[in-house]
Amino acid sequence: MSTRTILQSRPELYTGYGREMGLFNTRAKWIGVLALVAVAAALPMLVADDLLRILGTGMVLAIGAIGLNLVTGYAGQISLGHAFFVGVGAYASSAVAGDPEGRTLGFGVTFMPAWILAGGLAAALCGVIVAPLATRLRGLYLAIVTLGLVFIGTYIFNAWSDLTGGPGVGREAARPILLGDDLTRDSSYTSEQKLYWLFLVLLLVFALLARNLVRSQVGRAFAAVRDRDVAAGVMGVNPSRYKLIAFTVSSFYAGVCGSLLYVANRHFGAEQFGLLLSIQFVAMVLIGGAATISGSIMGAMLIAALPRISSELTNYATFISTSPVEHPNVFETEAVMYGALIVAFLLFEPRGLFGLWHRIRTYWKSFPFSY
Amino acid sequence: MSEFLTAVVVGLGSGSIYALVALGFVIIYKSMGVISFAQPAFLLSGAVLVSLLSPSIGFWGALAVGVVGIAVLALGVERVAIRPMVGKAVFVIAIITIGIDIVVRTVAGAFLGVNPRYVGDPWGLGSWTVGGVVIQHRHVAALATAAVVMLALFLFFRFTPIGLAMRAASLDQEAAMAQGVNVGTVFAVSWALAGGLAALAGVFAATGEPISNTLWIVALVALPVIILGGLDSLGGAVLGGFIIGIAQALVSTYHRDLFSGDVAFLPELTNNLGPVTPFIVMFLVLMVRPYGLFGTKEVERV
Repeated sequence: MSTRTILQSRPELYTGYGREMGLFNTRAKWIGVLALVAVAAALPMLVADDLLRILGTGMVLAIGAIGLNLVTGYAGQISLGHAFFVGVGAYASSAVAGDPEGRTLGFGVTFMPAWILAGGLAAALCGVIVAPLATRLRGLYLAIVTLGLVFIGTYIFNAWSDLTGGPGVGREAARPILLGDDLTRDSSYTSEQKLYWLFLVLLLVFALLARNLVRSQVGRAFAAVRDRDVAAGVMGVNPSRYKLIAFTVSSFYAGVCGSLLYVANRHFGAEQFGLLLSIQFVAMVLIGGAATISGSIMGAMLIAALPRISSELTNYATFISTSPVEHPNVFETEAVMYGALIVAFLLFEPRGLFGLWHRIRTYWKSFPFSY
Repeated sequence: MSEFLTAVVVGLGSGSIYALVALGFVIIYKSMGVISFAQPAFLLSGAVLVSLLSPSIGFWGALAVGVVGIAVLALGVERVAIRPMVGKAVFVIAIITIGIDIVVRTVAGAFLGVNPRYVGDPWGLGSWTVGGVVIQHRHVAALATAAVVMLALFLFFRFTPIGLAMRAASLDQEAAMAQGVNVGTVFAVSWALAGGLAALAGVFAATGEPISNTLWIVALVALPVIILGGLDSLGGAVLGGFIIGIAQALVSTYHRDLFSGDVAFLPELTNNLGPVTPFIVMFLVLMVRPYGLFGTKEVERV
């Protein structure tokens, strides 16, 4: 065995920068991701439809969470306004795909990629409009301004009833029609199975794009801006420019997430895009792990599963009521779990679920030694 | 004119509530450099606690017990969840306070129940009419309370040893520690003060009407106030509170005249713009002054 092959078979030894920054920088990662994708693709054949619906929602939320992670985790700009961009995406896509003769605004473009892109682009446009203000601010000032964006957004959504159907009424979401087949209707496969596969493919595409973005020159510039924007400026990285890019890309992801989020429910209203949704996205990013793409996906899955987890809890903790007028009820349990999970992860595992996975992996990799 | 003055009185009343919450935000920010997003929860819990106590011990007793109770709650929260994080990134601590906010707010909201709850204040919706200007008792009471609290805070920071320690710690934490200031105590006192102020604001925000499940939003409206005044300026918080309160009341009052489509350059809006006015004012101010009206401009070194 030559020296070269010995060296290359050693873990965590990279013989060049290109290798270290590679998409799959170890063979184990390559095999692991392939296996995971294969299992995910086969899952609809094995799992009941109600679980598929949760997983599907989780995958759509993951697209949005990746977007927030790009701006918050990678570029270090705290945004509490993600719900606004999700809302813009949801309304833009449903308007583009909507029935021109209908009660609410519609342009009748039913071609699916067109309305998904329209949702993303509309949100990205809003991101570009907001970014000049956001790039002037830093840290907590930015957090408060983006929080204000959510309130103004909710006002606009409620007031613009031609587009949104008005408060308490809402409008139809876009219909996912692929090759003449309406994915929200059961055919040879159930609607949940078809939507799951659609969301899986889209999540893979967007996760891969994001992963590639963050390991490119742009991603390194994001990290420089996050770690110290003045220092980044001194080194020739223009902070305003990269904050603008981060906001735009993040809003695009939020818009895509919004365009798909209500496809399964077919209906949504303006009250959905409140502060709670923003906090849920922040929770996904932090519980999953800031500045990791896989962490965002894990976090989104956990948050998507929380309603189900809290309703399952009622079987074990019988004092929790399922009726919304009694206390404590499942909705309160769910809300308390969001809060408690955020606090607990930040106190005990700041790197989130990704950090937990990292610990487990390190333990087995160096087994039986502790390091 | 009387319509205008009525709006100004309403604005002064709600402005003093915003000022109370904003003072809490600023006190915490000055001591640890963090915005506590847990203020909405303390505000709601204050109102709920007072509404639970006031039938048995009367409004004033309940107010005193409620404010002290929430101050103690805030003290406990600081001790359990915030103190271990001192020295970590500001953003992380801010997000922890969001988590605390959700937990505390949900638990407090669970006590509201189905039946309407009142804080049991003696003012209700009673009012005086002076030359066509309607002056509600509750707004006068809020303004008077805010004035007393501000005077007390001024005396506290000016003349007590702990107030001096807090001012020293906000200037330079390490230098203060070197002079024997217990920074832990400063954190604890600032959280207790902020919790008490939020509870007090919550009670006055809830006077006259049943406590709504969305009462806590009042505390988020105080965020534009501190942005307007500058995160680290106590005087700015008070002035910002009144500016935001009056702007909001004026927009609510004149919304129908301004946005009915009669004024050429303004769009027609059916929903009242009042609730979002503070955020719009905040955007406008930040476009001109990114650090608020009275905030300290950060000097960055590499």
